[in-house]
Amino acid sequence: MAVGIVGYGSYVPRYRIKVEEIAKQWGDNAESIKNGLLLYEKTVPGMDEDTITISYMAAKYALQRAGIDPKEIGALYIGSESHPYAVKPSGTVVAEALGITPDVHIADFEFACKAGSEAMFVAYSHVKAGNMKYAMGIGADTSQGAPGDALEYSAAAGGSAFIFGTENIVAEVLYTYSFTTDTPDFWRREHEFYPQHAGRFTGEPAYFRHVLSCARALMDMSGLKAEDFAYAIFHMPNGKFPLRAGKILGFKKEQLEPGWIVPWQGNTYSGSSPTGLSATLDIAKPGDLILMVSFGSGAGSDGFIFKVTERIEEVRDKAPKFWDMLKNNKIYLDYGLYAKFRGKIILRPEL
Amino acid sequence: MLTPRVYKEIPQRYRLEANKCKKCGRVNFPPRLVCPNCGSQEFEDYRLPTTGKILTYTVVRTPPVDFKLQKPIVLAIVELEDGTRIMCQVTDLPPYVENYDEIIKIGAPVELVFRKIFSEGEAGIHVYGYKCRLI
Ligand SMILES: [Zn+2]
Repeated sequence: MAVGIVGYGSYVPRYRIKVEEIAKQWGDNAESIKNGLLLYEKTVPGMDEDTITISYMAAKYALQRAGIDPKEIGALYIGSESHPYAVKPSGTVVAEALGITPDVHIADFEFACKAGSEAMFVAYSHVKAGNMKYAMGIGADTSQGAPGDALEYSAAAGGSAFIFGTENIVAEVLYTYSFTTDTPDFWRREHEFYPQHAGRFTGEPAYFRHVLSCARALMDMSGLKAEDFAYAIFHMPNGKFPLRAGKILGFKKEQLEPGWIVPWQGNTYSGSSPTGLSATLDIAKPGDLILMVSFGSGAGSDGFIFKVTERIEEVRDKAPKFWDMLKNNKIYLDYGLYAKFRGKIILRPEL
Repeated sequence: MLTPRVYKEIPQRYRLEANKCKKCGRVNFPPRLVCPNCGSQEFEDYRLPTTGKILTYTVVRTPPVDFKLQKPIVLAIVELEDGTRIMCQVTDLPPYVENYDEIIKIGAPVELVFRKIFSEGEAGIHVYGYKCRLI
């Protein structure tokens, strides 16, 4: 029995900050960041936006595309490293707002930038096992980099939602694979506001080892080569890493471009590769094969091979498309406003 | 402490649940037990549409304490597609606006979005609900 995505949706906040604006604040050279990391600007959540509101909007759009009764969704999982509560799930609010409650299984996932693909994997597995008709996996974040840290140039806001089912599939899941090890490349201790990263661990032993191993295993399992895929999406901590991973695996830039969103959106952590997939589905044609590999520090990669169906043409215009949301209605912030929006300014208690 | 009231209002704040009079068709938001128009007590479940237009708005420059960081706050009366009128905050505006009339035109199309309305202090709950934004 075929199992796949029956509806998908992404949400992009309207506020932005440019790399130049952050670089100016900290005395960095904007050109070297733009050329070195291939980052130009990033999304900033509004003061009334968080992982819950972003997840809701992405899920609402996924439901519009799926055209199903929300009550038929048996599970809703949100992957994020910026859940608004330490204790109290994001998923309950989102499910209540969507009208999915109370006959639903809810869990919040956390695994650095991989939590969204994790939510997708578990949702897919439920449907495959026959536990339920539909299940939704969401990846969303409003991530923070410490002021002055290199992560500040990339940590962004956004998310995507995917409904899995067996009828009216828009992209069938052909293969899945996960590659996981204990790698201390990036972490945040309880009660700490900003994450720590072990500089030398972030490239080769962390990102590239996991992403490449996961992609290669999927290509071995399926017998597919880079040229067999129409598109590929690799987790995007910056602009450079996914292009390099793709090149090593034999992909051409044209295969990566539709889902290569990080230069203008930033890294949406749990939302990163799922949103790259969503942006790719916006332009994919029936029959296209798509490879998606996430990466979460700590560390692991989840990989999927999708095959797009004819239904994609019917559903894609039923909700806003990713690149339209990214390019339109932008409101640029200066660093002072950005710092206020992100709660980086210490306030008197009465404020 | 607002929590119990917020909890009770979830169907309206989250899902825009209204009711519609079976006799005269009037939409009540929040739902009512007796139709103020015709006195009927028979209703059908009804969800408000999520697009509409700005009828009028006002700028609140000294909002309550939980809204202080968002100031100034713009409140609008929105006429939804079905004619129902609701009041809500206008969000996703530029953070500094000299003349709101240049940005928010009467009759401007809006969509309702799901947002955090406020947080109860530093450690309390986050309260979510609908706001509108210009399309
Ligand atoms: Zn009536």
